[in-house]
Amino acid sequence: MNTISKNDKALLMFVGIVAVLAPFLLNPFPADSAMAQFNAGYPDLMQRFAIFGILAIGFNILFGLTGYLSFGHAAFLGVGSYSAVWMLKLLTMNIIPALILSVIIAGLFSLLIGFISLRRSGIYFSILTLAFAQMSFSLAYSVLTPITNGETGLQLTLDDPRILDAANTTGNLPVTGLFGLEMRDTFTLDIGAWAFQFNIGYYVCAAFLLLAFYLSIRIFRSPFGLMLRAIKTNQTRLNYTGLNSRPYTLAAFVISGMYAGLAGGLMASMDPLAGAERMQWTASGEIVLMTILGGTGTLLGPVLGAGFIKYFENIFSKINESVLHGWFSLLPDGLENVIVWVLHFFVGKGWHLTLGLMFMLIVTFLPGGLMEGWTRIRNKIRGDKGGGASPSSDAATTPAE
Amino acid sequence: MSKFTRRGLLKSSAVMGAGLAMPTLITSPVAAYTNEPTGGSVTLGFNVPQTGPYADEGSDELRAYKLAVEHLNGGGDGGMMNTFTSKALKGNGILGKKVEFVTGDTQTKSDAARASAKSMIEKDGAIMITGGSSSGVAVAVQGLCQEAGVIFMAGLTHSNDTTGKDKKANGFRHFFNAYMSGAALAPVLANAYGKERKAYHLTADYTWGWTQQESMQQATEGVGWETVNTVLTPLATTDFSSYIAPVLNSGADVLILNHYGGNMINSLTSAVQFGLRDKQVNGKNFEIVVPLYSELMAKGAGANIKGVFGSTNWSWTLGDEGTKAFVKSFGEKYGFPPSNAAQTVYAQTLLYADACERAGTFNPCGIGEALEGFEFDGLGNGPTLYRKEDHQCFKDVLVMQGKEDPANEYDALEIVEITPRAQVEYAPDHRMFAGGSLGKCNPGA
Repeated sequence: MNTISKNDKALLMFVGIVAVLAPFLLNPFPADSAMAQFNAGYPDLMQRFAIFGILAIGFNILFGLTGYLSFGHAAFLGVGSYSAVWMLKLLTMNIIPALILSVIIAGLFSLLIGFISLRRSGIYFSILTLAFAQMSFSLAYSVLTPITNGETGLQLTLDDPRILDAANTTGNLPVTGLFGLEMRDTFTLDIGAWAFQFNIGYYVCAAFLLLAFYLSIRIFRSPFGLMLRAIKTNQTRLNYTGLNSRPYTLAAFVISGMYAGLAGGLMASMDPLAGAERMQWTASGEIVLMTILGGTGTLLGPVLGAGFIKYFENIFSKINESVLHGWFSLLPDGLENVIVWVLHFFVGKGWHLTLGLMFMLIVTFLPGGLMEGWTRIRNKIRGDKGGGASPSSDAATTPAE
Repeated sequence: MSKFTRRGLLKSSAVMGAGLAMPTLITSPVAAYTNEPTGGSVTLGFNVPQTGPYADEGSDELRAYKLAVEHLNGGGDGGMMNTFTSKALKGNGILGKKVEFVTGDTQTKSDAARASAKSMIEKDGAIMITGGSSSGVAVAVQGLCQEAGVIFMAGLTHSNDTTGKDKKANGFRHFFNAYMSGAALAPVLANAYGKERKAYHLTADYTWGWTQQESMQQATEGVGWETVNTVLTPLATTDFSSYIAPVLNSGADVLILNHYGGNMINSLTSAVQFGLRDKQVNGKNFEIVVPLYSELMAKGAGANIKGVFGSTNWSWTLGDEGTKAFVKSFGEKYGFPPSNAAQTVYAQTLLYADACERAGTFNPCGIGEALEGFEFDGLGNGPTLYRKEDHQCFKDVLVMQGKEDPANEYDALEIVEITPRAQVEYAPDHRMFAGGSLGKCNPGA
């Protein structure tokens, strides 16, 4: 039994502490200040950070280790969501059965798709997974409407059977829970001008994130992980040694599919609705972006990338023109209008543009993603101690999230 | 034996007391309902599509929302607040609190819309969510608001399900619905095109399309038409040529396009390009019907809509005082007349604010009671009732036709008939609306 190294333990501890303190860390600005716009410490977004973190960690096990670029991972997320919502409808509002089924179904589904797609590698593999994901999307969107409720999305209703739960007499939809703890319960801590929100759902997600992270460390450090890396380095050579690499790639594919299923199940547990858009190719592309943005093949990178993208999607898309006018109202009118006119392309519905620019900059100047930026800063700081370079160069390169 | 001393007891009770008081010291006072406004302002959440197939409608809704907020806060000329029969609004915000708003992009996707609404409720403290330009989204967000304990004032949503099988106690709809469109259109269509017609339906594949098709099918079959075929098209379709081609050989002589927004513009243009409208089938002119019209669609489809029948909730060409006041203030602010999507969301915002004033609270349950069974006039639609049983507004429906020689691009539609409210009414447990229940109002917190 190999144990995890000191460095990895420190990393796990670090992620754990950040996850526990997230409500504080993500809410640096007082609630009534103008900067409160940039606070991300509200339950829904924190849950998303954790859930998409799990998704990206799982994707990284496949892409980061074996180099197989799957363009259809959103399909597993969607399948996981649908299974979870069905469990919530049929069995009970407790999220445990929902999560178990979503992981199992996503695992089976990825076994099927992986078995076929992994007969090819490189671009052909990517296209095959993309095709399967789009097929699943179209099926969910129209053909399988009785199971998925099409474009409207699968939702809970009052007259669902929920055979394990007591009869619902409140006249309201029941809420998802974990043995009596309601996922949506939030405890607000007011300290001075700050309001910190502690949400049960978020901490459940964070616990799963830590578990997922731990498992991923173990996989990265195991002989199995080494084998996956060998596949990435040179699969042909590996095959010439008489080793059949396909079982390994298939196992990696199924594991990362199960991660995606877990993420989908958690999504449905936090907000009991499953929509077909979750499976669209843009959603698959987003997962690839997250991983590349954060740093492919690194442990922490995908989580950072997921947080980065979700932050832009939820915070920048909500800055509208009147908010901009509020910020620059001190400037002369003409100048104010010009600045707002320029900036409004980058916020609100233009958040994709900002994200695109950031992505371009990061991929061009930091090919290893955010993690490479972090490594460079750390090296610089360490180098500075000996060399004593000018301190301004540090300040310029520290906008790490 | 006993270790209890007076000092010990005092000490421990002091500690215990402090411990018990602790949570009350550090938590905020328990709110009576979700996002109870405590400061001098109240925040409304405007959740509209800013990207995707319904983006045009969304941006027009946003214009109307901003106008409504201006009027509520006492700015501008007051618009329909002056013609509204309820005089509770004073132009000093809502219940004396200044109205502020946050906006979000639904992307016409249920997931994105719910995420956006959730962040408005959890982060920005929105007390009411309104908007949506798609019934799928409206149903999803309405469900969310019910769970979160805030009021949802539906914007442009036309599916029967919104106030039918998916109705919720915290959700209210001013816009008309698919059943009303069918009931208003069928007699006009029978009049214009005769009673022996064969209809072919192309339907957007989601809750609105399904109920729109069902309603049109029932209404037209009621006047003697026959339904030849019904085909579902995905919402994201942009090229409809593969759906139009089979219509030619189906033997149908009427094409009913259960499409909306960008979808309808594309499918109608495609149908016209295929020469459907110049054809003779079964010895009759081939006709196209668009059950749900909007000014923005008419503008987008250009000359293709000439003579095409459809229905709307409202039109800026109406002559009543409310309409005139609204068109005037909207036109002065933005330079063109409002669409019926703009009118419904403006009315919804005013109705919400008015209900708060009359109830004297922002509590969703109080507002619900104030809106249920509320009868009003002066918001452009004539006498209107907010029905208690399903939170649906009942009012006259307009049957519209594409104008042959429009004076300008905003004048593309003309009113053919104002169908009286009695003709489009139905029982709350009508077959097309059955299967759901309002549940109880949920104040959250």
